[in-house]
Amino acid sequence: MDGSEFVPLTLPPMVIALLAALSCAGPGNFLILRRQAMLGDAMSHVVLPGIVAAFLLSGSASPPILLAGALAAAALSAALIEAIRRLGGTDPGAAMGITFTAMFAAGVLMLELSGAASVHLDVEHALYGNLEGLIWLDATGWASLLDIAALGGLPPELPALALVAGLILATLRIFHRPLAIATFDEGFATSLGIPTRLLSAGLVALTALAAVAAFSAVGSILTIAMLICPPATARLLTDDLGRQIRLSLGLAALAAVAGTVAAGYLPLFLGLSFTVSASGMIATVSGLGLALAATLSPRRHGHGQRG
Amino acid sequence: MTDVTPLARSTTPAEFAAPEAVLTLTGMTVAYAAAPAIEDVTARFAKGAMTAIIGPNGAGKSTLLKATLGLLPTVSGKVEAFGLPLARALPRIAYVPQRASVDWDFPARVLDVVLMGLYRQTGALGRIGKAETARATECLSRVGMEAFADRQIGALSGGQQQRVFLARALAQGADLYLLDEPFAGVDAATESAIITVLKSLRDEGRSIIAVHHDLATVPAYFDRVLLLNRRLVAEGTVATTFRQALVAQTYGAALPGTIPA
Repeated sequence: MDGSEFVPLTLPPMVIALLAALSCAGPGNFLILRRQAMLGDAMSHVVLPGIVAAFLLSGSASPPILLAGALAAAALSAALIEAIRRLGGTDPGAAMGITFTAMFAAGVLMLELSGAASVHLDVEHALYGNLEGLIWLDATGWASLLDIAALGGLPPELPALALVAGLILATLRIFHRPLAIATFDEGFATSLGIPTRLLSAGLVALTALAAVAAFSAVGSILTIAMLICPPATARLLTDDLGRQIRLSLGLAALAAVAGTVAAGYLPLFLGLSFTVSASGMIATVSGLGLALAATLSPRRHGHGQRG
Repeated sequence: MTDVTPLARSTTPAEFAAPEAVLTLTGMTVAYAAAPAIEDVTARFAKGAMTAIIGPNGAGKSTLLKATLGLLPTVSGKVEAFGLPLARALPRIAYVPQRASVDWDFPARVLDVVLMGLYRQTGALGRIGKAETARATECLSRVGMEAFADRQIGALSGGQQQRVFLARALAQGADLYLLDEPFAGVDAATESAIITVLKSLRDEGRSIIAVHHDLATVPAYFDRVLLLNRRLVAEGTVATTFRQALVAQTYGAALPGTIPA
């Protein structure tokens, strides 16, 4: 393979999917242990109105602006969930359900009613992602990876995601110990002087960041697959938290790479004349991995997948 | 609810020479939603003693412990330990929550849980080295669990889980131990292992406060009792305060005849 086709067309989506998958799998580990997988789903939905609003207000689709909008929406939804829970006396799950469906619906409406649909954002991309659209036209082959001028033409999502993935994984690495203690035994953690509320809020923020990162790659709906499937699979394969996190990152990377390649080449290899959605394929591969682990794991739990 | 006054303190002259307090609560009130769970509790816990907090279900025993540690918001009240405000005293306090309050399916080994007790020494970024592992192993052997160091915590019996929690508290090297129902649902061997460790801590001059529900073992296990039913009923030595009239007043019902009149 000389890379003249692979490098501009398949490599950038693959790397972007990989970075999004790593960003999600990291915080996903703590979400499933805290039985807050639903929070990941909520975050992946509420970022949509934030992204659309940021685009409409600024007229720019640059990653930092969309990110700021998404984080603002995540913060707003966290406040709304808390308000509904306290004022309405509903349980947290219901408060979350009300908030994230309402905010997601608002996002879809804003997309359709505004001009945003015609420019950089449209409903289909918001829902299913736009991995295939993130191509690198300046690349001519493997040599372009060393060509500074050509590298400048990389999709802007790629460096933005690299930054986000690095930030998320570094933060989790630094706060691993207090986060693990607070996740296992919150009362004890508080008695040790660990700021458990701040850590919980931090985890929500990281989840929101990861959801935004994944949004550009796989869209809202499939972000939950990236947040939950690799950690849930890893949880079935080990009883050590550190190993679980490392394994989940490996599985996430594998699903992203295998999913992108399979989407682009598997149908052609099978003699079909079309390709399938890369995000759909990544989610499928992730789900298959979880199913396989759930079936074959030596330490299957009676209650199966947690979260 | 009935209005009760702390009788014990005024009944025996010895009670006037109150022992030095390790922990003082002043006017503590905690409410869930609108209903007060504990109301205006003022209490002093004696230094170097083992004190049982007893009272009926819903009396607010666990709530009192949690509020003392700042784990629950209080409506009012002040907490002082070692003569210091709580925040400054916390490093000298070890808390053993109810065993059932955590998810034992968490991916951790027995040793990992005990190592959590060394968090203040190592800090958030600290590495776990040979010294920490040795200290955690030593704490495990004090509760007779060193053979289980590498065991998955989900694979332990209830009594073994309770001993691991106690080992984690030992690792903290605290001077005051607050335990929430340490004997709930444990086997007889664990119960005797735990009481042996607690008594040895007391004999080293440390203070123990435990929420306890088995009235039959109070005189054998504890030096002092605090009777609680949302409000403080009485506090004092087992000999003066663990009396049928006061305990009946606390429980609001007739009691088995094992308690001295």
